[in-house]
Amino acid sequence: MNAATGGTPLDLNAVGPGFSDPPLASQAVFRAALNAFARPGRIQRVASDAPHPSGAAPAAAALLLALLDPDCTLWLAPRLAHGSAAAWLRFHTGCRIVSELREAQFLWSDADQMPPFEHLPAGSEFEPETAATCLVQVEALGDTPGWRLQGPGIERTQPLTVRGLDATFLAQWRANHAAFPRGIDLLLCAGECVAGLPRTTCIEG
Amino acid sequence: MLQDDGIAAVLTAPSRQTWMRLLSRAPLQMLEAYLADLAGAQPRWLRRPESGLVMVQGRIGGNGERFNLGEVTVTRCALRTDPERVRCEHVGVAYVLGRSARHAELAATADALLQDPLSRARLPTDLLTRIAEGLAERQAAQDEKARATRVEFFTAARESVGEPTEPPPS
Amino acid sequence: MYVAVKGGEVAIQNSHALLAELRRGDPALPELSAAQIHAQLRLAVDRVMSEGSLYDPELAALALKQAAGDVVEAIFLLRAYRTTLPRFGYSVPIETTRMRLWRRISATFKDLPGGQILGPTYDYTQRLLDFALLAGTPVPPAPRAPAATTAGLCPGVLDLLDREGLIEPQPLSAADPEPIDLTREPMRFPAPRAARLQNLARADEGFLLALAYSSQRGYAHTHPFAGEVRFGSVEVEVIPEELGFPVSIGDVALTECQMINQFAGSARQPPQFTRGYGLAFGHSERKAMAMSLVDRALRAPELGEAIESPAQMEEFVLSHSDNLEASGFVQHLKLPHYVDFQSELELVRRMRAADTVQQSES
Repeated sequence: MNAATGGTPLDLNAVGPGFSDPPLASQAVFRAALNAFARPGRIQRVASDAPHPSGAAPAAAALLLALLDPDCTLWLAPRLAHGSAAAWLRFHTGCRIVSELREAQFLWSDADQMPPFEHLPAGSEFEPETAATCLVQVEALGDTPGWRLQGPGIERTQPLTVRGLDATFLAQWRANHAAFPRGIDLLLCAGECVAGLPRTTCIEG
Repeated sequence: MLQDDGIAAVLTAPSRQTWMRLLSRAPLQMLEAYLADLAGAQPRWLRRPESGLVMVQGRIGGNGERFNLGEVTVTRCALRTDPERVRCEHVGVAYVLGRSARHAELAATADALLQDPLSRARLPTDLLTRIAEGLAERQAAQDEKARATRVEFFTAARESVGEPTEPPPS
Repeated sequence: MYVAVKGGEVAIQNSHALLAELRRGDPALPELSAAQIHAQLRLAVDRVMSEGSLYDPELAALALKQAAGDVVEAIFLLRAYRTTLPRFGYSVPIETTRMRLWRRISATFKDLPGGQILGPTYDYTQRLLDFALLAGTPVPPAPRAPAATTAGLCPGVLDLLDREGLIEPQPLSAADPEPIDLTREPMRFPAPRAARLQNLARADEGFLLALAYSSQRGYAHTHPFAGEVRFGSVEVEVIPEELGFPVSIGDVALTECQMINQFAGSARQPPQFTRGYGLAFGHSERKAMAMSLVDRALRAPELGEAIESPAQMEEFVLSHSDNLEASGFVQHLKLPHYVDFQSELELVRRMRAADTVQQSES
């Protein structure tokens, strides 16, 4: 709601409801996000009663519904941008949808449409907190031996298997990890599950 | 600004802006009397009533560049009506100054019904007129009481002797 | 340095209970309701809303009740409550020229379009205590005079001077830039006028009043006239994203002051009048007038005036105007400083001991 622009009106007929009890539901989802980043690679379940827009993994939709507010900017990958998700999030969170990657505080994408990491805001040495948080929808998450994760929040190693990421992912992640304190943070989402990959996590494939 | 909408305009073909402006200013008891039955117990919420802040902007000198004056409390909601009471697929929206969730709910109910000619017929025909009349009465009372304090100052002539210093006839 | 202290939980609980009992006062007397405070102490409510920077009469009345009438404490309560609410956005800029007037006077033109409307004012009272109020006599309704339908709406007085080019023009760029919002960004110096006005609008009335008074007594170069003071209600409009058009959501009471100041002119500008602006929530005339004087004084650099007096010193004025901050910092001295003080005590003792040794040696 801005006096100067007013913005493009939303079509409310195309917007579904959000959480039925916003304070409690957002707190529960926020806790899941907190756990996901505090325990990298350990799969968290995100419970939400909000009907998710088409094309959205329920976990990703619930996380964005809880995390975004009118001060936040969100970039959507083409497939999600064409669905009803943008209007749904604009209405319920007041977030601003941006088309330029460099303006994005949050990104939401299917794994196959994820932009190269080097194009994403990675923060600066002085303000590493301005890096983007990316919600990436993958096909499946599992804790059978696959990747071995190490770093803060992991006592020895944490196993994680992810289906649906392309072959360049690990190389991109290594570069991201090496740029610390700069670097993006990922929330990998599949169905109602989420696993966090903060920039501090080291992945061995 | 919609300040001067006459009651006649409201009677004939009110715009959505006009009825939203009136609904936001209606006394809650009046809305309860007119709308409680139609609102029912189970509105389909798109956004439950929530109270928040709107920063009011002014202009420097009244007409210059903008500045932020301070905040007001506002309550808003969006709903479709309870299908047990009225079948209406339009989304009703309300933004109301203050923190009354019930006021926002009833205003949004009326907003939903007013958008559709079929469901509009379910509303009491004099709802908007009554609100507009009440508002006009309150405003007239203010204008008339203020008007009674209108003053004609006159400057008493100092140097001229013998000049009349009576106030001009008003 | 602060060092946490423990203990006193029961004492604090008992202090809260005692506070509540004293707030309530004699239980034989009926309890005040927030609605009564709103209706009968309206100017106190307005001050709490103005300096609390939140327009909600019911909350302000509740805060006054809870604070037992301590206005600064009530402002603190309102500001604290405000932090619990989400921000929906910004209003469409209000139009004070469309104010529905209770009062509108000019000290510069006796005859002006729309007339002088005294409204409810203490200005012409004799300041004699009215002992009838002790007895609680009923108040007859105020007289009414027929008013034209547009009686409440009239243009500003300064437009008259503006048309003749005798007052500085009001710059309004086509871009209509988004002003800084001090509830989201910290104040930076030098501050744009929009930021100064936001700060002054929520500033302590007593502080502004003293500064304004000092500027009139010679601690700044002002020679002001109250071009116009108006009090009334204006509509608040918002443009919700889901609607895309402006919706009028209610009315707020505001007081506006347009102060006219003499200006001798400079190399670039001819002699003309300059403006000072005041705007405050509620019926807050003293506040709006003081604000307009301080606004004008703070424009010294822009108008090429020498900065010699406190009212002109931006950093001094804007950093000390907020009574919540001021009250917090002054009153924090009550909190335990036992460890700091012990170390200072130790230091003073040691210095004195060293002095004694030196004296005895010499």
